[in-house]
Amino acid sequence: MGQTVFEPWNDPDAKPLIQFKNVTKRFGDFVAIDNQSFDIYEQEFFALLGPSGCGKTTMMRMLAGFETPTEGTILLGGQDIAPIPPNKRAVNMMFQSYALFPHLSIWENIAFGLKRDNMPKDKIDARVAEMLKLTRLEQFAKRKPHQCSGGQRQRVALARSLAKAPKLLLLDEPLGALDAKLRQDTQFELMDIQEKTGTTFVIVTHDQEEAMTVASRVAVMDHGKIIQADTPARIYEMPNSAYVADFIGDVTIISGTATPAGDGYDIAFAEGQPILHAKSDIQLAKAQSCHLAIRPEKVAITAEKPADAANALQGKILDIAYLGNLSTYHVELANGQVVKSQTANTRRLSRRSFTWEDEVWLSWTDTAGVLLKE
Amino acid sequence: MRRLTWFNTTALTLGFAFLYLPMIILIIYSFNESKLVTVWAGFSTKWYGELLGNEAFLSAAWVTLKVAVFSSTLATILGTLGALVLVRAGRFPGRTLFSGMIYAPLVMPEVITGLSLLLLFIGIGLDRGVFTIVLAHTTFSMCFVSVVVSSRLVSFDRSLEEAALDLGCSPMEAFRLVTLPIIAPAVISGWLLAFTLSLDDLVIASFTAGPSATTLPMKIWSSVRLGVSPEINALSTLMIGIVAIGVISASLITKRAALRQEAEERAAVQA
Repeated sequence: MGQTVFEPWNDPDAKPLIQFKNVTKRFGDFVAIDNQSFDIYEQEFFALLGPSGCGKTTMMRMLAGFETPTEGTILLGGQDIAPIPPNKRAVNMMFQSYALFPHLSIWENIAFGLKRDNMPKDKIDARVAEMLKLTRLEQFAKRKPHQCSGGQRQRVALARSLAKAPKLLLLDEPLGALDAKLRQDTQFELMDIQEKTGTTFVIVTHDQEEAMTVASRVAVMDHGKIIQADTPARIYEMPNSAYVADFIGDVTIISGTATPAGDGYDIAFAEGQPILHAKSDIQLAKAQSCHLAIRPEKVAITAEKPADAANALQGKILDIAYLGNLSTYHVELANGQVVKSQTANTRRLSRRSFTWEDEVWLSWTDTAGVLLKE
Repeated sequence: MRRLTWFNTTALTLGFAFLYLPMIILIIYSFNESKLVTVWAGFSTKWYGELLGNEAFLSAAWVTLKVAVFSSTLATILGTLGALVLVRAGRFPGRTLFSGMIYAPLVMPEVITGLSLLLLFIGIGLDRGVFTIVLAHTTFSMCFVSVVVSSRLVSFDRSLEEAALDLGCSPMEAFRLVTLPIIAPAVISGWLLAFTLSLDDLVIASFTAGPSATTLPMKIWSSVRLGVSPEINALSTLMIGIVAIGVISASLITKRAALRQEAEERAAVQA
């Protein structure tokens, strides 16, 4: 029995929870968000990913109500939210600094939003208890924030922002202050909680691994524009531009000129180097310049020239990045182009076959690389 | 512990003597039996008794207390609002002028502040009394409050207020429930500062007080001009005592709070 795939963005009948319609935000002369339109669907875990200053935080602050768009409209459940102040929105936010109230206990922090709604006391008690249980904070209820560890504070902030059962939860770099190990555990916890509560999450992060792990869709941003918004797998395997390919994961980008050949193209990239082959659906004219983006794990490294590879290049090992489970070889071709190749370290160190300065062959299939327009 | 060298010991002794010898002499002579201030004639507490019977001093003390409480409270409210605008409002036309003007009374000679207020009160035909002293003290002490409070507000994390708004507070509720409790220590110390400033002000009060209101410093000053009486010594000793108790208890409270927080944080790390 097949499980229904959660892909509301592919369903033309699905009604989006949030709609950005031609939204522009300017601070003086600086354009933070540049005429963006996109939709976020109910129960999505949507990640805004990009380098600092790309506008992702502005996007989130507009949803929370701390900024208003200069032009365009933002609809939440079909309603324009521009005139609604932050305290009247069914949207809650988890702040990067957590912003826990230092003078209140953990219990009071979580109950803070419920009390503002004049909820009866027994209902508040029940809801706070439920939140404490969800975030495994039961025995810390009476503590003050400064008596908690970083991981506990992070969970308090999450519990507080979820307590009012918002339609939409915004998370601003929620795991930025945690160390690597705790961050990984917390990522899975976040996904678990998102699934349990069925709340729509929008997360802002500059950590691509985090975005890929937690999100149903990732929007890669640069200079106030969403460059590509898609599932993590499609973003990684089918980037629509050299920027996205480069921003997400490790990649080698070879620039050259394309000539149509069969159901793909021949790419000439340097004199004295063999012509490369790539299958692609994109439309390129003859001799149009293009980029070929190849992920290192799709490039094989061998001592002898492989007999029937679509693409094979010879070079010398320049650098080896040892990551424990993986090693990335930086191989320099005769023309100076560096191509990365990654292999799993299935054998112990002493049995490894390549070292610095070794002459090696790199090869990949004609479907391994992604052909991108200039 | 490092041992004190003879140089350090001497410097310490001289320093403390410089600061406290005048006060110690004053306190000792307040217990003098003799009516002559400079002649020691045995221990007595009779001047304290006479002080309690002195209507003029008691009413001056009452006026001073009223003025100090009202003016410091008013100054705290206005100074805190001023600090909020200065720190929060960002750029607005006249911001530099406003921030310069709010700090001007810090460096303005008291004589000038007093004189200008006197001219104002005469100009608008306001009868001088307790009310005018309160106004005058509020004017010059609110800038001290605003300095103390704004230095706290600068390090205040704005996202705390945003979180309060996000959780359903109106801007006023956010201030009352989140901002104010967090900056309360600065507001309280601003109030204490304004209170102390008002308590010992002589110059501005002299300009703005009418015949109906005399503050304690004014009373002391005018009596001293007729010769220092042991009664004044007794009164001053009481004031020193009150101030000392206030300062010591305030620092003890702060220290205990800091120690408790430290202990709690240690417990959190171990947990």
